[in-house]
Amino acid sequence: MRREVPLVLTAMVGLTMIVSHFIPPFNILNDLFEDWFFIIAAFAIYLGVLNLLRVNADKIYKKQADAPFGLVVILGFLVITIPGLFFSGGRSFSDPGTPFYYLYIHVYYPLSATMFALLAFFVASASYRAFRARNVEATMLLVAAFILMLGRVPIGDWMTAWLPEGYRLGEWADWIMDFPQTAGQKAIMIGIALGVVSSALRVILGLERAYMGGE
Amino acid sequence: MSGEVVGVWIGAILTLGIFSFLYKDNPFYKFSEALFVGVSAGYWFVVTFWQYFLPKLIDNLALAYTVLSVEGKIDYHWVYVLGGGLGVLMLLRLFPSVGWLSRWSLAFIVGTTAGLQFTRYLESNGIIQVKGTILPLIVGGNLNTTIGNLVIVVGTFCGLIYFFFSKEHKGAFGGAARVGVWFLMITFGALFGYTVMSRMSLLIGRMDYLFSNWLHLIG
Repeated sequence: MRREVPLVLTAMVGLTMIVSHFIPPFNILNDLFEDWFFIIAAFAIYLGVLNLLRVNADKIYKKQADAPFGLVVILGFLVITIPGLFFSGGRSFSDPGTPFYYLYIHVYYPLSATMFALLAFFVASASYRAFRARNVEATMLLVAAFILMLGRVPIGDWMTAWLPEGYRLGEWADWIMDFPQTAGQKAIMIGIALGVVSSALRVILGLERAYMGGE
Repeated sequence: MSGEVVGVWIGAILTLGIFSFLYKDNPFYKFSEALFVGVSAGYWFVVTFWQYFLPKLIDNLALAYTVLSVEGKIDYHWVYVLGGGLGVLMLLRLFPSVGWLSRWSLAFIVGTTAGLQFTRYLESNGIIQVKGTILPLIVGGNLNTTIGNLVIVVGTFCGLIYFFFSKEHKGAFGGAARVGVWFLMITFGALFGYTVMSRMSLLIGRMDYLFSNWLHLIG
């Protein structure tokens, strides 16, 4: 029951999804399974949220050093959840003017955008390490990134304004994106496709069982 | 003070809270970080509830119940009980004694993803990309396209050779793999450049928010 049922379930569902792609009447099962997928994914998010609340409640209960921040996590959760579920007009919860929208614009968005903006500083130090031209490959990475970054901002074209049209930095950046970058991207995408197909087959055939844990 | 002004002040203070990490780890940053974690969890909880849980599960079950109570028939929508059941099994992970049952829902998720991605990736990432690489190597009267097509065909082919690890990268094969690495490096360079630029634009956006929306010093 612990191992057999999941294996059979994975194989049945996986094969049904593949078959439904080739035999249209099976599409009804495809749609149903996609709906179930979203239902289970919703429960998976609730599982994560419940676990987060439990871990932080535990911190407060045990009076750990970072207990006040655990309280902030729980209060932050409640501050947006209660208005979002009960006071934001139901299904139109995300419409401008609702309390949920207000909290999204003035609390969630500033925090999220700043957190990612902070990475700009760390990317700067990573750039220093990546952009040291130690060999041919590193030099190519450096040159491509350099041309692309300069070519995508006005200063790049301004610096190369003396060159004839078609040879300015912006056009070099376009050429890199259209040809060598596309070639590399295609190789990566085809490689990913082959990897995904073989991994999917291994999962469906029950050869790959890592998702069931170590038991 | 209007609600909008209070909101801008809250946003600005939280923005400064996150930026304070640039100095060093401090309680102001930790507060903002903890708030971000809590608010993110709450945000996704609410979005998932209204956009997936309610329309996919509750609405379908309500429809099934309505058909049963009005027409006395068992409707097809009752199958959603199984989807809901698998979802509930996922929550059992919180209870160690019956946690193994959550594997059933996990198996469903893994199976669906494997089946769906099998055809999707084979079609979009595999066949379409291979088809797009089969290009004419000589385009009469158009040197730019000829060079471009040559670069795409050679680059893709050599890039794929690099990913072929069943044969040792030596001789002509190794040379092609090396050319493939050059193309991959140019791709990574371009991606890196775009990543740096996107982070910079986010940073500029936050600075604009502080100096324009909050302090009204610019714009």
